[in-house]
Amino acid sequence: MDWGALHTILGGVNKHSTSIGKIWLTVLFIFRIMILVVAAERVWGDEQDDFICNTLQPGCKNVCYDHFFPISHIRLWALQLIFVSTPALLVAMHVAYRRHEKKRQFRKGDEKCEFKDIEEIRRQRFRIEGTLWWTYTSSIFFRLVFEAVFMYAFYFMYDGFQMPRLMKCNAWPCPNTVDCFVSRPTEKTVFTIFMIAVSSICILLNVAELCYLLTKFFLRKSRKAGNSKHHPNHENKEETKQNEMNELISDSCQNTVIGFTS
Amino acid sequence: MNWAGLYTVLSGVNRHSTAIGRIWLSVIFIFRIMVLVVAAESVWGDEKSAFTCNTQQPGCNSVCYDHFFPISHIRLWALQLILVTTPALLVAMHVAYQQHQEKKLLVLTGHADPKHMEEVKKHKMRIAGSLWWTYVFSVVFRLLFEAVFMYIFYMLYPGYQMVRLVKCEAYPCPNTVDCFISRPTEKTIFTVFMLVTSSVCIVLNMAELVYLVVRACVRRSQHNSNPSSGKSSFYGHKLSSEYKQNEINQLLTEQDSSLKDMLRRNPGLQEKGDRCSAC
Repeated sequence: MDWGALHTILGGVNKHSTSIGKIWLTVLFIFRIMILVVAAERVWGDEQDDFICNTLQPGCKNVCYDHFFPISHIRLWALQLIFVSTPALLVAMHVAYRRHEKKRQFRKGDEKCEFKDIEEIRRQRFRIEGTLWWTYTSSIFFRLVFEAVFMYAFYFMYDGFQMPRLMKCNAWPCPNTVDCFVSRPTEKTVFTIFMIAVSSICILLNVAELCYLLTKFFLRKSRKAGNSKHHPNHENKEETKQNEMNELISDSCQNTVIGFTS
Repeated sequence: MNWAGLYTVLSGVNRHSTAIGRIWLSVIFIFRIMVLVVAAESVWGDEKSAFTCNTQQPGCNSVCYDHFFPISHIRLWALQLILVTTPALLVAMHVAYQQHQEKKLLVLTGHADPKHMEEVKKHKMRIAGSLWWTYVFSVVFRLLFEAVFMYIFYMLYPGYQMVRLVKCEAYPCPNTVDCFISRPTEKTIFTVFMLVTSSVCIVLNMAELVYLVVRACVRRSQHNSNPSSGKSSFYGHKLSSEYKQNEINQLLTEQDSSLKDMLRRNPGLQEKGDRCSAC
């Protein structure tokens, strides 16, 4: 179970996302997860081994490292990426539930069901409206919250995003204040800034997607209200007629089947 | 065989689980196994090499490490995850057995064409009858394993915090020596994280158990209040069709075995039966 498996799981969600959502997913996988795996992990690979303190006192290095790096950047990013990608699973679960309902309808032999076969149901792309809209919007909201929380945790723990070359440590058992040297500080700073920048882009994309969804929702609502105000008799007459027909057909369907069974 | 293999095996079970069961499976794979693989394993990677004791005495380091870490957190979690996910295989085996019975019935009734066989393999089994008991037992075992491992964890590493310094005086260490653990804070963070997800999984399992029991009680009370299924509603018919199928299966197998028993005991019975049918 690794990043590849997460990619497989989330790739399915891609189909039911908005265009901004698809861009976000691509940015996440290529510019964050892939960079983490192929580059950043190597840079931080020797972080403790090459953390050198100017003392021979056993244990001083361990304690100083632990004091300055309560949790490594790499692990924080890994947790951030897992948490940020997980809300998309809410959407995947909702879509799977809807698909399951449609399949059930289809199996019952409902005339209302417009699909020719199960494969078509599986391939169908659901529009983001109704309850799915709420699920989708909540998932984006949670993504935003997680991104912000992790950015703040980062800033709080590491006092800004720069990796210093030298740290002065006087935790016990270090005899005095000792100088400790971090390995590859510049490379780490470069990658930290890169990951922060991409994280900000993802936050922007999420905000844009949220605005887009809200705008679409209000436009749709105003259009419906406008239609019912200006055309009270028309009133999506065709749609109401279709709905009535559908209800009649489904009622007669049920009665026929009950007739058969009794 | 690695975590990906386990994922393949268990995602088949997913189809026959309840909704809570699916959520549980997602939490296990994403928040526990994945975090273990991508993050926790690298935190504990240098646990022995960076375990430093304030002594030059050869062997003291190894002995003290062994004394304080009888089994590493990572290995305990791996064992816990394997044992906790395995009861789901009971359900998978039972489902496979039921599907096999259905296929046998199809063959007996002469519907053994590939289309029907595929249909048997694809349709979702309802959690009723003996499958309900298997499912409930699997959830109970999951709960049990989770609780046992949480307790073992607590016993081996009291309070779930990783200390920076441990004092060791096992032979061959000359005196009480200070030994320093690598990355104690990061380890504490991950220990607490894994503990929290473990508790979430325990809560999900309990919720699933309650849901299954309540559903069974409701179904039983419905069945008691409508004993005659002759004039059953459309939905009642649909719901009980699988029950009927299961009963047919049982009757067929019983008939099979009882016929065999009878013939074994009374070899002359078959001829009698033939003679009688002629009357």
